[in-house]
Amino acid sequence: MPKLMGTVLLLILTLPLAFGACSSKDVQAKKRTVTVAGSTSVMPFTEKLAEHFMIDHRDFIVEVQGGGSTAGIQACLNGTVNIGMSSRQLKGEENILNQIIICYDGISLVLNPANPITNLSLKDVRDIFSGKIKNWKELGWIDRSIDAVTREEGSGTRGSFEELVMTDEEIDDGIMVQDSNGSVKEVVATDPYAIGYISLGLVDDKVKAVIIDGVEPSIDTIKLGQYKIVRPFLYVTREGLDDSAREFIDFVLSAAGQNVLKMEGLISVHD
Amino acid sequence: MIKKALTKEHFVKYILTAFALSSLLFLFLIFIFILSEGIPLFHKVGLKNIIFGFKWAPTKGSFGIFPMIVSSFLVTFGALMVGAPLGLSCAIYLSEYSGKKLKLFLKPALELLAGIPSVVYGFLGVIYIVPLVRNFLGGPGFSLLATSIILGVMIFPTVISISFDALMSVPKTYREGSFAMGATKWQTIYKVIIPSARSGILASFILGMGRAIGETMAVIMVAGNALRIPTSILDPLRTLTSNIALELAYATGDHRLGLFSTGVVLLVIIMILNYIATFAIRRRVLK
Repeated sequence: MPKLMGTVLLLILTLPLAFGACSSKDVQAKKRTVTVAGSTSVMPFTEKLAEHFMIDHRDFIVEVQGGGSTAGIQACLNGTVNIGMSSRQLKGEENILNQIIICYDGISLVLNPANPITNLSLKDVRDIFSGKIKNWKELGWIDRSIDAVTREEGSGTRGSFEELVMTDEEIDDGIMVQDSNGSVKEVVATDPYAIGYISLGLVDDKVKAVIIDGVEPSIDTIKLGQYKIVRPFLYVTREGLDDSAREFIDFVLSAAGQNVLKMEGLISVHD
Repeated sequence: MIKKALTKEHFVKYILTAFALSSLLFLFLIFIFILSEGIPLFHKVGLKNIIFGFKWAPTKGSFGIFPMIVSSFLVTFGALMVGAPLGLSCAIYLSEYSGKKLKLFLKPALELLAGIPSVVYGFLGVIYIVPLVRNFLGGPGFSLLATSIILGVMIFPTVISISFDALMSVPKTYREGSFAMGATKWQTIYKVIIPSARSGILASFILGMGRAIGETMAVIMVAGNALRIPTSILDPLRTLTSNIALELAYATGDHRLGLFSTGVVLLVIIMILNYIATFAIRRRVLK
């Protein structure tokens, strides 16, 4: 009996060594696989597109992963994935990749529904985030400090916000930072004195979208070119894209694919 | 037969040695990895500009992490303010006052507290502590105070278990001697037991600090992550650990290296803390 236990123990001890030796075979060999990774802003929409795509194309598997714009672009550059997703423009050496604009997304300033302010000028927003306006009193509400929330350095949404709203001014160091659209929304939804910015497609009744310079952020105002805080969502690919990935991208740009994006509150490239 | 048994003995011994050494290997690999990724930026930007720089704008070439170093120490100190008195009182109660039955119940409960994942603490902080701070004290609620409270509760089990061991290791004869001199129970605790367990209690505080300074998830959720040194306990702040976790997803090039440099600084701070803690414990054992 002790001998048996000794053998078992030995087996357990050597088990991790054995694991390294065997590799898993591809079970889905017959299926055609497309791998997509990148921006967490684009990811939920790509997942929706993949679902719809796979209904009609049963022999396809589209694998969607997050990781952030930069991670997606890097993964595409070194060939780990077929398609990278990005919510920011390519920089420097990244420009060797092909970029495909799949849709446009507005960035909406959001307030807590309890906040009576509905309308801000672009300059007000700039002054809040650069730390020049610190109190709601200056904007005609109560005497209470503004709890502004921004995104972390490197985020695609922050990059677009800096470019489109802050222009040449810097976001103040005293401003709170959250690391996803969801966290920003959560802070604004629970704090009556907060202001933040998130993707327009993610605005719901937990938060209130701010009218900027008299223009309400919506798909219509963006199409008419009135609402200015808009950024492209990109797919990036290397030269020599394989057919499966090409087919998926063709679907995304087709009327059916664009319709899926429209349903999610994004703006089609055809409009 | 005996020879066969002996070879097997040796085999087992070598296997176990190999596994035991692999932990050392991991430590070594982590060191090499963090240093090799983090050091180049110190060369490029300069040690002084990183450690004493006030501006963190890695995409624009500023890599100052001084506010984060200060903030890390502030939350650690705050956590100690909350966790140390609570933990020490609890340890004193457990070792000196509580009956055997209660001890049997309390100890596992406290160990369970140590096993709760940090994201759960963070979540509770966001849902309950942050709104409480915002509504009753002002500010955004995401603050030094909220972070200190959450971290204080998190280091509570560490402080208790180590200072409890220290108190229990004070020989019974000390207590008896003190009682024989006519001292009351509290006088005995205050004048005899705590001073003799001092280094162990100190070690529990330092290990608690190590836990607090290394905590990431819960801190990201309640600290607000602003880049400035807080001027009041109601201001948001960003620690070294949250800086890495917050920005790693989108970081490339020098930005990424900057995060590794943050890691190097963190590693050095934690090594110093651990060294002080082992020093304190060893002194106790030698005594």
